[in-house]
Amino acid sequence: MIDVQNVKKAFNEVNAIDGVSLHVPKGQVKALLGPNGAGKTTLVRIMTTLLRPDEGSVEIAGFNALKEQEELRTKIGLAGQYAAVDENLTGYENLYMFSRLYHLPRKEAEARAANLLEEFHLQEAADRPAKTYSGGMRRRLDLAASLIAEPPVIFLDEPTTGLDPAARRDLWDIIRSLVDKGTTILLTTQYLEEADQLADSIAVLNKGKIIAEGTADELKAASGGNVLEVTLKNEADVESARSILSKIGGQGLQEDREQLHFTVPIEGNANSLVEVVRSFDASGIGIVDIQLRRPTLDDVFLALTGSSAESLAEEQVPTGKTMGKKSQH
Amino acid sequence: MKHLVTLLRAFFSDTWQIAKRNLIRYRRSPRLLFFSTVQPIMFVLLFAYVFGGAINVPGMSYIDYLIPAIIVQTVLFGAGNTAIGIAEDLKKGVIDRFRSLPMSNAAVLAGRTFADSLRNVFVMAIMIGVGYAVGFRIQTSVGEALLAVVFALLFGFAVMWVMALIGLAVKESETAQMASFVFMFPLTFASSAFVPIETMPSALKWFAEHSPVTYEIDVLRGLFVTGNYMDSIWWALVWIVGILIVFFPLSVRMFRKLS
Repeated sequence: MIDVQNVKKAFNEVNAIDGVSLHVPKGQVKALLGPNGAGKTTLVRIMTTLLRPDEGSVEIAGFNALKEQEELRTKIGLAGQYAAVDENLTGYENLYMFSRLYHLPRKEAEARAANLLEEFHLQEAADRPAKTYSGGMRRRLDLAASLIAEPPVIFLDEPTTGLDPAARRDLWDIIRSLVDKGTTILLTTQYLEEADQLADSIAVLNKGKIIAEGTADELKAASGGNVLEVTLKNEADVESARSILSKIGGQGLQEDREQLHFTVPIEGNANSLVEVVRSFDASGIGIVDIQLRRPTLDDVFLALTGSSAESLAEEQVPTGKTMGKKSQH
Repeated sequence: MKHLVTLLRAFFSDTWQIAKRNLIRYRRSPRLLFFSTVQPIMFVLLFAYVFGGAINVPGMSYIDYLIPAIIVQTVLFGAGNTAIGIAEDLKKGVIDRFRSLPMSNAAVLAGRTFADSLRNVFVMAIMIGVGYAVGFRIQTSVGEALLAVVFALLFGFAVMWVMALIGLAVKESETAQMASFVFMFPLTFASSAFVPIETMPSALKWFAEHSPVTYEIDVLRGLFVTGNYMDSIWWALVWIVGILIVFFPLSVRMFRKLS
């Protein structure tokens, strides 16, 4: 349903998208994972005809994004950070207007707006201007607007960024119900957990390139499975702690000497934790804190690129969004 | 042929939907409408009472001379709102959503200019009312007065397309506001709006004589007051049509090429 071949896009001679190919089969969910400024939004804008690529081809639902824009637009829905609803209109007015702009007849538009409000639990706020909505409600309205034409392909650009955990889970449920209906979805996110929860497969985007692709488990395996964090009691133990950790842990041991803090990817499960604790105990190394946790996007990045997602985001190239403003409602 | 009819129907329907959304905005924020009328009213009162005693214009009272000019000035300055509104929509991402829909591209701009023209009808009604309160009198026929209103609306509509292009180009509402002012202040003052052109130095006089603002104001004065408008009406029309022919396609093209 989504077929992107070797797409390139430069802004002011900086490559924002540098040769990306993506393929999403019908009914699948693909997550595009990457830090701020990795090029996620630019790529979504290219796939939804808002931005022309310099090179490469894009085909969505059988239509060419460069030549058959009108037809393509009837097959897609776009929701997320940058494609907004009208704040001055009520929820109902927004959905009615967008329905009419999809050229539904008047009666049908009225019915569609009412149905969507109900489906997205917005009936009570139906007659309030959207600017009075909470962040979660606004995203739901936004998502509802993108579903008016029941498009077979949906693009969700950071659908949950800036939402509280409850609103996020709410939105995840809605996205899952779309998947159940057989919709093909491409979603961008900064959170590995979100990609993990929703996607069949994940493509990791960094500096305009896809640097890894696979299921969440495969990506975590690439970063060495779980992550062990230890904080020592005494500075004198740093050397011996390091040698124990590098023996048990995988590649990519990180240490913060001042905080006496070590982070290391670890292949195994709780057994490795026990092993570390035993070895530390045997060598008489005191521990303030020790924990085994699942890898975050940052850990995956560290394993894939050797530098953290945060430091990558800081040196990022310009993105393709129209304006600088980032709505964090 | 059938294709063309479908396209046109879609264009008008889309335009109406966008216009409606912009009108709802005025209804929901009455302050916006209030302040867009306060400014012209202020101008009427200031010019009438501050300059009215000092400036003599041959053949008519200063207030009759002034009101047609302030109407033109108001539609000219009011067009700046078109640039600001479009820049705001761009920033908030609403335009991105419109562009992802299978709707007419031109309709997003046409809906905006249409709604802003309806706002002009409202503002003009109030101004003529205030004008009457301070001594302005229409001295021609109802038909001529109505034609004057139509000319003012058309001129405002044409300038809005210039402003649409500015809004799309600068993409920031503050910048759009500044840009429209830079463009409009000299146009308004270097015209027959507030003082007779004859008093200006020669280069300025030449500019003012050929300015679209002067032609529109002269037509409005003729249609409202003196009955003498045949000299300027065709040039006034040429300017309106000319601006539209150039800026309508430019704006729509710019909208299509947004990135």
